[in-house]
Amino acid sequence: MPLFHDEDQAMLADTAAQFMAEEGSIKKQLRHWRDRDCKDGFGHGLWKQFAEMGFTGILVGEEDGGMGMGNVEAGIVLEQIGRNLTPSPFLTSSVLAATALGQGSADLRGRYLPGLVSGDSVFAVAIDEGAKHHPERIKTMAEKSGNGFRLSGQKDFVVQGASADMIVVAARTAGSGDDESGITLFAVPKDAANMSHDAVRLVDSSMATHIRFDGVELDGDAVIGEVDGGRDILNRVLSAGRIGAAAEGCGVAGGAMDMTVDYLKQRKQFGKLIGEFQALQHRAAHLYSEVEIARAITIKAGQLLDARDGGNSEKADLMVSVAKAKVGKAASLAVKEGVQMHGGIGMTDEYDIGLYMKRDRALQEFLGDVYYHAGRVAQISGY
Amino acid sequence: MDDLETFREETRGWLEANCPEEMRQPVRDDDDVYWGGRNAAFKNDAQKAWFDVCRDKGYTVPAWPKEYGGAGLSAPQAKVLRQEMGRIGARPPLSSFGIWMLGPALLQFGTEGQKQRFLNEIARGEIRWCQGYSEPGSGSDLVSMQTFGEDMGDHWQVNGQKIWTSYADHADWIFCLVRTDKDDKYRGITFMLYDMTNQGVSTKPILLISGNSPFCETFFDDVKVPKSYGEDCPGFVGQVNRGWDVAKYLLGHEREMISGMGGGEGTAAIGAAIKRNVGEIDPVLRAELAMFDVDALAYTAMGEKFMDEMKSGKGHPAQPNMMKYVGTELNKRRHELVMAAGGSRNLEWDSEETSGGKPSRNWLRTKANSIEGGTSEVMLNVISKRILDLPGA
Repeated sequence: MPLFHDEDQAMLADTAAQFMAEEGSIKKQLRHWRDRDCKDGFGHGLWKQFAEMGFTGILVGEEDGGMGMGNVEAGIVLEQIGRNLTPSPFLTSSVLAATALGQGSADLRGRYLPGLVSGDSVFAVAIDEGAKHHPERIKTMAEKSGNGFRLSGQKDFVVQGASADMIVVAARTAGSGDDESGITLFAVPKDAANMSHDAVRLVDSSMATHIRFDGVELDGDAVIGEVDGGRDILNRVLSAGRIGAAAEGCGVAGGAMDMTVDYLKQRKQFGKLIGEFQALQHRAAHLYSEVEIARAITIKAGQLLDARDGGNSEKADLMVSVAKAKVGKAASLAVKEGVQMHGGIGMTDEYDIGLYMKRDRALQEFLGDVYYHAGRVAQISGY
Repeated sequence: MDDLETFREETRGWLEANCPEEMRQPVRDDDDVYWGGRNAAFKNDAQKAWFDVCRDKGYTVPAWPKEYGGAGLSAPQAKVLRQEMGRIGARPPLSSFGIWMLGPALLQFGTEGQKQRFLNEIARGEIRWCQGYSEPGSGSDLVSMQTFGEDMGDHWQVNGQKIWTSYADHADWIFCLVRTDKDDKYRGITFMLYDMTNQGVSTKPILLISGNSPFCETFFDDVKVPKSYGEDCPGFVGQVNRGWDVAKYLLGHEREMISGMGGGEGTAAIGAAIKRNVGEIDPVLRAELAMFDVDALAYTAMGEKFMDEMKSGKGHPAQPNMMKYVGTELNKRRHELVMAAGGSRNLEWDSEETSGGKPSRNWLRTKANSIEGGTSEVMLNVISKRILDLPGA
């Protein structure tokens, strides 16, 4: 498969680019909701429009009413989301939760997927425990209780957790510490008793919650996949989410870079356009190179992930981590150079470049930062 | 099975039958590489046997037309052959600047007579070429070059000096940029072809920090360069005074080639190999290796994307400059890490254990990567002007 978009993908990219620039713009969405202190951090109206565009069900199988597309296509939408800093539940609901639910029973899929596809529901995924991403260690316990389970523990950095109609929770049903097996995924409805949220606004104006489970009673049919066999599903969810976050990061990096290069062509000092100075030209050219490479590895990893059931899953795992780490490096460079090259106005809230820096910081932490994934690259490579 | 898969099957069978085991080992030394030429000697029988079968099948230059000594393979077929050779680790049967540089220039700008003669000589490994571009006063600013050819009617009389001529002391012929009009900087250069045994040509190897001398200074004192080598076979490529067009084309081609090579050894992940070689790795070095591997593996994907885009005509024409910049910088970083991981062992300059100081000599050699074929700084200039469209200084 060539490492560029085929005709259908190019068309999807055009559609997504136009839609996001018009409907998902910084002014219309991010600033609008932020300045109104919106408790969701995104607009439900836009989410309905996502549904009309067919985006919400992009990873949902056709038999479940979705588009049945792959991670490359989801990444195409996410890159445009990143460029426009469009706040939406797309990454959490349509990528992470949809990937988890896709591995669930027909009953579970029937319960949740129609609402996702129609844009009526929003889902969240609760994986992290503590301030850093370490999904190998899961302490949240789900003990057998009658026909179901009792869930106890705490989850952190649950993005849009308080707005979600259902939360996918990774919990331990057997074993301890960082045992591979003994993990089970649950679909926990928002009105479950003994679940409490501590909602917090993040640096990028998105919302996340710390969730406490104090003996939340769950029916057996809340289980996604097999009891104790959730690690494989969790890994799928993580891979899809990581490559999704990488794709969004490419958009953030590209958006910040384009804005900065444009500024170099407008701003004059010492009687010259500052883009004439070689010191800045070289930094911009270096940044361009890094962003191009980040895009290439993101497409590559997405393609490998979409083909993972045909084998090569270890290579896909490796490349997903390479992508998340590389995009992390490139996007971080893009926003830092962006603010610096904008000079003083880069520090003002009025200019958008700072918003890119904030979004990048949140994306860096989401599902593992550069250091986590570089470490994982070393581990998978065997050193 | 489609045609390409049939070709792959055939190629596998052919390679199995014809590529000697010794030629499937990684190239360790420069004398593992066969360069051809009048004074060439094979290192061993296997090298000769492999060269002979490839020459007869046109596989020294698989994508060149058959009438010029190639195999006439289509681009997808040539890719299959590369893949299949890569799969068994087959060495290139013949390496030369004729294949990499002059050949592509002649295919683009040469006359039929030049192609018939020179391409066939290159394909059969009969003539080894070198490239005369840089001069002591003209490195990055190549177009300022001064080597001058005075028009003497049926020939030019060439005087001047080139530098960084790779293997000039082993080369039979040179393709050389010579100024033929002092008043026109860009349209006053001719791309000449001549024999290194001509009277007045001399070479002097340059000892590098690596202790090796792959490059020479090359001097021309009243060298007589014929304007023609027979019917339809001029002694220059393209038009007189328009050699810069050819040179520019070749520089682009060279960067493409360097970036293509960058997809191979230069950018593979290294952490695992280092762990195997040295055992224990300090934690901070391990972190650096992991960061390198992230960049190297990502660059490999970029290489793949770059090739795919080139083939389908989607790529930005200046993209090879970006590939060259990143690939060479990565390779330098790679060898810094190899040196650090190897510790004092890798300082050894001529011990048997290091095969004659291979790690340190290779490390020093890589410092030229970001200088030769256009410095990193020039690459960044080109990216900022041609891709980012930043205003001229």
